[in-house]
Amino acid sequence: MPLPADGLLTLTPQGLYCRAAQAWIDPWRPVPRALITHAHADHARAGCGEYWAIASSEGILRQRLGQDIRLLPVDYGQVLGIGDARVSFHSAGHVLGSAQIRLEAGAESWLVSGDYKRCPDPSCTPFEPVTADVFITEATFGLPIYRWQSGTEVARQIQTWWQQAPDRPSVLFAYAFGKAQRLLAELAAIGVEHEVLLHGAVHNLMASYREAGVAMPPTVPLGSLPRGASLAGRLLIAPPAAQRGTGMRQLAGAQTAFVSGWMAVRGARRRRGYGRGFVLSDHADWGGLVRTVQQSRAQQVYVTHGQSDVLARYLREVEGISAAPLAGHFEAERSGNEEQAEPS
Amino acid sequence: MRHFAALFDDLDRTTSTNAKVERLEHYFRSVPPGDAAWALALLLGKRRRRLISGRRLREICQEATALPDWLFEACHSQVGDSAETVALLWPHPAPQATNEADSLEIWMAKRLPHLAALEPTAQAEAVRHCWATLTAGELLLVNKLLSGGFRVGVSTGLVTRGLARSAGLDEALLAHRLMGGFEPSAAAFQGLIAPAGEGEELSGRPYPFFLASPLEPGQLADTAPSDWQLEWKWDGIRGQLIQRSAGSSLWSRGEELINEAFPELINLASSLPQGTVLDGEVVVWHPEAEAPEPFANLQRRLGRKAPSKALQRECPAAFVAYDLLERKGVDVRTYPLRERRLWLEQLHQHWSATAPAELQSRLRLSPCQALSDWQGLEPLRLQARHSKAEGLMLKALNSPYLAGRRRGHWWKHKLEPLKLDAVLLYAQAGSGKRANLYTDYSFGLWNDAGELVTFAKAYSGLDDGEIRELDRWIRAHTRERFGPVRSVEPLQVFELAFEGLQASKRHKSGIAVRFPRISRWRRDKPAAEADSLASALALMEVRP
Repeated sequence: MPLPADGLLTLTPQGLYCRAAQAWIDPWRPVPRALITHAHADHARAGCGEYWAIASSEGILRQRLGQDIRLLPVDYGQVLGIGDARVSFHSAGHVLGSAQIRLEAGAESWLVSGDYKRCPDPSCTPFEPVTADVFITEATFGLPIYRWQSGTEVARQIQTWWQQAPDRPSVLFAYAFGKAQRLLAELAAIGVEHEVLLHGAVHNLMASYREAGVAMPPTVPLGSLPRGASLAGRLLIAPPAAQRGTGMRQLAGAQTAFVSGWMAVRGARRRRGYGRGFVLSDHADWGGLVRTVQQSRAQQVYVTHGQSDVLARYLREVEGISAAPLAGHFEAERSGNEEQAEPS
Repeated sequence: MRHFAALFDDLDRTTSTNAKVERLEHYFRSVPPGDAAWALALLLGKRRRRLISGRRLREICQEATALPDWLFEACHSQVGDSAETVALLWPHPAPQATNEADSLEIWMAKRLPHLAALEPTAQAEAVRHCWATLTAGELLLVNKLLSGGFRVGVSTGLVTRGLARSAGLDEALLAHRLMGGFEPSAAAFQGLIAPAGEGEELSGRPYPFFLASPLEPGQLADTAPSDWQLEWKWDGIRGQLIQRSAGSSLWSRGEELINEAFPELINLASSLPQGTVLDGEVVVWHPEAEAPEPFANLQRRLGRKAPSKALQRECPAAFVAYDLLERKGVDVRTYPLRERRLWLEQLHQHWSATAPAELQSRLRLSPCQALSDWQGLEPLRLQARHSKAEGLMLKALNSPYLAGRRRGHWWKHKLEPLKLDAVLLYAQAGSGKRANLYTDYSFGLWNDAGELVTFAKAYSGLDDGEIRELDRWIRAHTRERFGPVRSVEPLQVFELAFEGLQASKRHKSGIAVRFPRISRWRRDKPAAEADSLASALALMEVRP
């Protein structure tokens, strides 16, 4: 379903556009002014004239989009006048520096969720409930089969799994930006102080988190270890793509596990050939999605990503909220079959 | 139940063969025989009885949630399995495992059958009461046991090895004891793991089948054709025909007793000398015919409890013998094939001289094919077609008769499959490991009117990367959705391989295909250049 042509936000080939602010939110193609919810690759793309984003995401954005991008750092809750619109960024609890973006002009207010979660996460600021007339929400895990356990509980499962294999390395595959650092912070929170090994792709993203003062165990890049060093009993965090790459040969015989919300379904884990799956997601689960929509008090809801038609129908038929899936280039269908798709 | 649930979890969570065997060994050592017996039956896949259907379990769960039908359906299509969908949606799992003492045997022999026997209202309540005592993991397991869908990634071989180690028994002996079925009870289990006895009584049981592997031509390089026995690879079902003092029996490779489906072969067995076990192929073969009938005619005989006289006349069964496993009551499997073949031929000769006329054509010796040098292998393989065989078997003349698939002794060398290029028309999401991934495909060929007509379904042949790529393509090129099925734009061409074609009135295309699978994604070929039904009919002439 398309957005109404006269609304505060419209959908253009470049993405969601706010005429009053003359700005696009997480645009798919280069535009003069981009408002960025967070630094994952499917939300922050290169080539825009200027970027507005939360200050703590600056380091990672520059690293990924170029050191010389024009970036205007924003604080949570700060109300900005951009063009004729009042714009504010509010914590989304997804990854470091992630935000929901609220836009207001005339008598209308819209809220774009970006990616978000409701569970506590020691690696980033917690989600802030925000109200608006119209709410555009993601629905990556928009089915009631997805119910998350706390990060603490999952960290304990991982600790047990790791400690049961003192004679070989344990490798956790997790997305390099966000999930990997959350894992470290969750482990620190249950008292893990052992040094953790990091694949280069994960190590490169640590500086911003250390700078932000996130408590994590000591870490060291895998590449800095002397050749032939024993890795028995060590924990390594690596991105999923590294499973097929070279440079991990010294890890022969390691036990492996994948950390993702998709691991909630047995078939999804077995299909990927991981021995073990830990269910930990940086997206809202079903209950979190429904609760967030209710708390937004929006009269109209649009749903993007993943199970958008299912969540919209549920909101209409069960919750009595006017809701529709929003067609567009929000990733063809986020189905969990994409190994590369970054955030889950 | 708790120990078995932990075993299930651990087996499910590792991909290491050694770890699985160790875990099985540990389980069998540590639980009472009644539980071990049930676990064994479940792991071997011998107890897949459906007590309550998956659909009914979903109903029972749904009544306890506020979720509408369509949402339950959407969840099911994402998960691909009713038992697991319920486990994920059940709102009140127990936080911790309870009832440490309760045994798998009591669950399997009493509690679950009791639930199945209740009236609907009482059943719904009792099932929910039961679920409320289970953790999410146990709930998944119990639902799988109830719905008959219990499966875990261990082969019969691994289970046998784990159990053999826990009992300190020889694996082959245990495999033999397990042949022909196992009824779960403490007594049966104790019998199974009893120390090897003198002249052990295995009267009713077949031997584990020895299986061939697909030929790797390099493996023949250092050998001479005279080191090998070459036979046709018959297109029937593998069987073991047994004549012992305990009676006559015919076993299929699936370890099922198929006496009732083939009364004429049981008659044949009783005409054999006492203490005889033959390995061979069950086929349909008319007494005067030069070659057996196509597999489809054998299929008419399979699964029939009591075939009519008319059917027995129309599709007469025969046993094509190619090995002798027991001779005069003695297990001769360790002797080389060279000697076993000689004994088999002697036995056949004596039998022919004395057997009644009506049985003569029921037992046939699988003839050995002569080959002087390897150059002749390919022409010989092509001749298999004339004998209505699937290809060639190569068996080392010095090979013992082993158990299971051991590479190096026996090779199968099948005819090249038939191939057609067909257009992808429909796709459906798979289940289990392939849930939420479009992996079940229907393909069409062109008819004379220039329309695509569905002619085959295929599930296998693509690698994981191709499956994911095609899944994305299907989602982006869907035309219509019919429940779980999507029709797609007719653009993608695939080369399908199959073993045979048969005219069929039941199929819209008029053709039934045997064992279709995808052999190649023809990205180079536009849909307009895919094959036609006419070309399929032409292939049928080549190999009916």
